[in-house]
Amino acid sequence: MAQALNQALREAMDEDDAVLVLGEDVGVDGGVFRVTEGLLDRFGAERAIDTPLAESAIVGVSIGMAAHGLRPVCEIQFSGFSYLAMQQLEGHAARLRWRSRGRFSASLVMRMPYGGGVRALEHHSESKEVYFAHTPGLKVVAPSGPRNARALLRAAIRDPDPVVFLEPKRIYRAFREEVPDDDEPMALGESQTRREGNDLTLISWGAMLQPTLKAAEQLAEEGTEAEVIDLLSLSPLDDTRLADSARRTGRVVIVHEAHRSYGPGAEVIARLVEKAFWYLEAPIARVTGYDTQVPFFARETDYLPDVARIVTSAHQVLEA
Amino acid sequence: MPREEIDLSCKVEYLSILDEDGHLDEALAPDVSDEQLEQMHRVMLLARRFDERMLNLQRQGRIGTFAPVSGQEAAQVGVMAALQAQDWFVPSFREFAASIWRGTPLKALLLYNAGYNEGAAIAEDAHDLPIAIPVATQIPHAVGLAYAARYRDTDAVALVFFGDGATSEGDFHEAMNFASVFETPTLFVCQNNQWAISIPREDQTHSKTLAQKALAYGMPGIQVDGNDLLAVLAAAREAVERARSGRGPTLIECVTYRLSVHTTADDPSRYRSDEEVEEWERREPLRRLQRYLKERGILDDDGIEALESEISEEIDQAWQETEQAMQELDEPLDIFAHNYAELPRTLREQREEMASRLGEGGGGLSNGQTDHGAGAQPGPARGDGRG
Ligand SMILES: Cc1ncc(C[n+]2csc(CCOP(=O)(O)OP(=O)(O)O)c2C)c(N)n1
Ligand SMILES: [Mg+2]
Repeated sequence: MAQALNQALREAMDEDDAVLVLGEDVGVDGGVFRVTEGLLDRFGAERAIDTPLAESAIVGVSIGMAAHGLRPVCEIQFSGFSYLAMQQLEGHAARLRWRSRGRFSASLVMRMPYGGGVRALEHHSESKEVYFAHTPGLKVVAPSGPRNARALLRAAIRDPDPVVFLEPKRIYRAFREEVPDDDEPMALGESQTRREGNDLTLISWGAMLQPTLKAAEQLAEEGTEAEVIDLLSLSPLDDTRLADSARRTGRVVIVHEAHRSYGPGAEVIARLVEKAFWYLEAPIARVTGYDTQVPFFARETDYLPDVARIVTSAHQVLEA
Repeated sequence: MPREEIDLSCKVEYLSILDEDGHLDEALAPDVSDEQLEQMHRVMLLARRFDERMLNLQRQGRIGTFAPVSGQEAAQVGVMAALQAQDWFVPSFREFAASIWRGTPLKALLLYNAGYNEGAAIAEDAHDLPIAIPVATQIPHAVGLAYAARYRDTDAVALVFFGDGATSEGDFHEAMNFASVFETPTLFVCQNNQWAISIPREDQTHSKTLAQKALAYGMPGIQVDGNDLLAVLAAAREAVERARSGRGPTLIECVTYRLSVHTTADDPSRYRSDEEVEEWERREPLRRLQRYLKERGILDDDGIEALESEISEEIDQAWQETEQAMQELDEPLDIFAHNYAELPRTLREQREEMASRLGEGGGGLSNGQTDHGAGAQPGPARGDGRG
């Protein structure tokens, strides 16, 4: 996936000289996950900018660039350090269009690795999608593999509004996937059905999609056909697809590694209650991280949802 | 006269006492006993060997990512030696030498880096804050601690470590300004190790020195040879004395070098040359100190050899104990520990759900687990694994 993201950046920069990347260690080092590798050589230091160590300035400067018509793609080295830029993001990026009555817009992408599963140090494993998805004016997306990573990033860069682009670091190098040259950029705000089924709907995104798909396979062996929806976009949320599926299956399990309370699952459930309540045959279940700090890595797997937890939860929903 | 120079009476000194060729400036040398020198040398050597062992363990997959200290031992130990136990120590993430000086057991450091929260436990009487990974965010804490220490009529000072990269963050500037405005007894110690991952010092800031950043806030700043234990010690003593006597904060820039990787996830060959590293190897602090100790007749080769094997055993022993402890730390429910003084009901329910999923009654922590202040908790004493 790191390679696919790199390709998307290269293509976008080739196509449009308004696109540039900036962030800590994105130039010479090619990014700590190598997502910006080779961009400095290809486009020069003016378009692949190694910045001083300051997240608020990285986002703030990106906003200025965007106001001037550029399309900056800024990298925050880990999502756990994005909070230093929260004022810029919430107070300016998300509002520039609104505050200028449409004169300006912060057409920037804020890329950042997020989520657990790589045995990292503290602050390197959290999934706090909702901090961003709760903010009007921002779009929030998370790819789940190389192919949609490239298509989503291309779309995010073209988008006229600020996009928070969450990269599940656990799958940067987890698996390979064919990325056809002629893939079009994806529309932001649309989910995808990754597996069809009529017995149960499993909803997930990012790195959790893999265990969710495995759980679906396991359920299939037991004779339960689960539909699996890959959210891809947390904001806007494609609740039409979610509600359509829920109406068909009547049973839903949401899987996310974010904390449980006020997590993204809560919003998904609310939408389903609003749009598909009379079709539900069982309470909607959530398989999530706990409402604790993400533990240091020795106990990370105790925190993160896994196939067994998803299957157990599916059984409960099926039996209800 | 519409345009004239404002007299800022600014100056930034550079201090070097024991230079890279082993020359000592007698006039500037701090008063330090043989025992103190031996003690400082021991911790520096231990930190270096510990670093090497951790690197091995990491490469074997036994512990996780960490940030090696090699090359920065003098910058840490020289400062710590100027403090007293009651003074506050606010670390960043590379302060292994400083932590060892402070008495943190090797086993705790190992456990932390093996991914166990137990390794983060802090002894009840220690005036140490936890490791801080978000760059520069710990700096304001040292202003708050210093303010509180004065408010409570202790004569403790607060010391905070951070890197050259950290001086680009807002928290650094905001904390410096607060400290100066409130005249808090704070020591700001910048370990300028020339690199912030792949960003060289000169691309981090166009200031000639980092020390001069103090001047903008109206506080003294000094640059020292950070590989010179005696210079670091002398500058730190002066700053501690200034802080303790109510004359406010100081910024010390220790000019040093990160001899190793940024962290074990980093590949420095992408951004710096071997020649540069070799150049700094010549100035590294440990050998320089050893040469001086030999000249002063405090240590000889046999003494160093004996110390080396003693240290090697100490590290072996610590790793053995850590491995042992890790086998006993199989309690997944520990993830619910220390999140709140009292576990809210929602969390108790989540904990119960996890316990029943694991098919057990709940392990060592009771549902009504409380955490009123450090130590009132059935958690581990520092480095002792689970209580
Ligand atoms: C707020 C924040 N941004 C980014 C990072 C990732 N990161 C970890 S260390 C580091 C460089 C720090 O450089 P410096 O302050 O010079 O300290 P050094 O690592 O050299 O000791 C970066 C960018 C972080 N930990 N925190
Ligand atoms: Mg540095």
